[in-house]
Amino acid sequence: MSEKEMWAYTEKVKEHFMNPRNVLEEEASFGDDGKGMVGNIKCGDQMLMAIKVDKEKGIITDCRWKTYGCASAIASTSVLSEMVKGMKLEDAYHLTPKDVMKELGSLPEHKIHCSVLGDKALRAAIDDYYKRNGMEEKIVKEEAKIVCQCMNVTDHDIEEAVLEGARTYYELQEHTKLGTVCGQCEEEAKRLLGVYIEKHIK
Amino acid sequence: MTKKHIYMDNNATTPLHPEVKKAMAEAMDVYGNPSSLHWFGRKAKAMVEGVRHKVASFVGASSADEVIFVGSGSEANNTVLSMFVCYSQKCPCHCGRGTDIITTAIEHPCIMETSKCLSDRGCKVSYLKVDKYGKIDLDELGKMMTDQTGLVSVMMANNEIGTIQDIRKIAGLVHKKGALFHTDAVQAVGKVPVNVKELDVDFLTISGHKIYGPKGIGALYAKKGVPFCPLIRGGHQERGRRAGTENTIGIVGLGKAVEMREAEMEQEEVRLLELREILRKGIEDNIPDSFINGHPDDCLPGTLNVSFEGAEGESILLYLDLEGIAVSTGSACASGSLDPSHVLLATGMPIELAHDSIRISLGRENTLDDVGYFLDVLPRVIHKIRNMSTAYKEERP
Repeated sequence: MSEKEMWAYTEKVKEHFMNPRNVLEEEASFGDDGKGMVGNIKCGDQMLMAIKVDKEKGIITDCRWKTYGCASAIASTSVLSEMVKGMKLEDAYHLTPKDVMKELGSLPEHKIHCSVLGDKALRAAIDDYYKRNGMEEKIVKEEAKIVCQCMNVTDHDIEEAVLEGARTYYELQEHTKLGTVCGQCEEEAKRLLGVYIEKHIK
Repeated sequence: MTKKHIYMDNNATTPLHPEVKKAMAEAMDVYGNPSSLHWFGRKAKAMVEGVRHKVASFVGASSADEVIFVGSGSEANNTVLSMFVCYSQKCPCHCGRGTDIITTAIEHPCIMETSKCLSDRGCKVSYLKVDKYGKIDLDELGKMMTDQTGLVSVMMANNEIGTIQDIRKIAGLVHKKGALFHTDAVQAVGKVPVNVKELDVDFLTISGHKIYGPKGIGALYAKKGVPFCPLIRGGHQERGRRAGTENTIGIVGLGKAVEMREAEMEQEEVRLLELREILRKGIEDNIPDSFINGHPDDCLPGTLNVSFEGAEGESILLYLDLEGIAVSTGSACASGSLDPSHVLLATGMPIELAHDSIRISLGRENTLDDVGYFLDVLPRVIHKIRNMSTAYKEERP
């Protein structure tokens, strides 16, 4: 096996990791039109995204970021910051981790969760822009729905588990403890498992 | 230009000592089964038994019979712990003692996971806390022990932070209370003096590949007369305590590794301690907001665990890798879990900082030049990561 293959990431991930683009160096002087931060240092991942917007055209003209996290997190934020420049706010708003992954080539399966914060941070920055400009009606609220009443597990938790590597109902239970008491939610949980695997993995 | 490759992950595993390589290559021609009565078998048997004496003498055992060759340190640890779940009165290992186990919160996963499994099977397992340096508290151990305590297992030197426990005192207390004592000494043997009689231990785990020997070979010291129940059955090898045809080549490698340690250890570890001090000072002087983990004095000579506020461990590891330097991270992010090191958390370190840690473990091939190169690269790497980190505000002098 060559050294190239041994590196757990694709060349593109490696390249962005080595030379990250659009790092937010001077926060004050950048003068963002919208800014959002997601994640938590305690969980090992945190991202901040700042955008500049052409208000006439509704287009993102610049995007800068800061990330605390592993190589996947750094590379995926860097790639995302390049992708969104020149993009319409609406289009940027609907970017998914899958879009970022596609751009990156791929990530090791257990690293997919490291790339999901980027699009969340971007949406938070766009939300902030909408708020600052009196466009609150454009903000899409993501409300979690409880799937497993006994263990208080939501659809967001299931999505998170899929991103962390759960592919079967059993693995989902390992991650979330869902369906381990009365078991009534099994059918709905399996359906959502399929939906999120389709959304992020396939 | 060929790329520099500097290996500073010697607690994970070590390169083979050239003498070990030579001895193993010669042993490859000795293919007889040590259990066979003919010339071929006897020749292999003589080699295996020679190493048994060598290992026994290296750790100060009374007799070579107290040394059992196993497949790894993990196997040795599994063997010892698994004996105590055996509740059958008919089992020769039971001997009417208690079956509760006490271990620590900072053991290697092969002890942690086995303990968890035994606990699922009905064995009572308790875990000792450690202080900020990674040391256990003898008073807590004393209070935790009951007449049901069958075994206490405390690692001699920690693989992540290098902290060395006061094994002799711990063993003394355990024996006073009538239980058996095991220590996982894979990181200690061959790096610091280890004598089973002085330490007063009943079981002690040794591994080949941590001391410039081959992978796939370990040894378990089991004091004469202690109850024993094999983990791997079905053969008379190792006096019925570990079935399976002996790994002759591995055993020869372990023997040569032990021999070389005996000759080189004392001088070598002084040198490593000096290099470690240069590293520690270089880091503390040049990188603000860095914190050295582990015990300041009772520590393995070549192990240095450091946290860099605001710089995530896996990023540090990979940027160093790109510069040709191999270290390890306390964080398990690379292995699929987001949980940081259980050892660092057990020392009371905040979870944020535990994510920011790397382990540098030096070995016999590391030079002063290596340390110089490392100290040249590291500040740049930390600065780069912190510059794009949400978790680091500014480099405070």
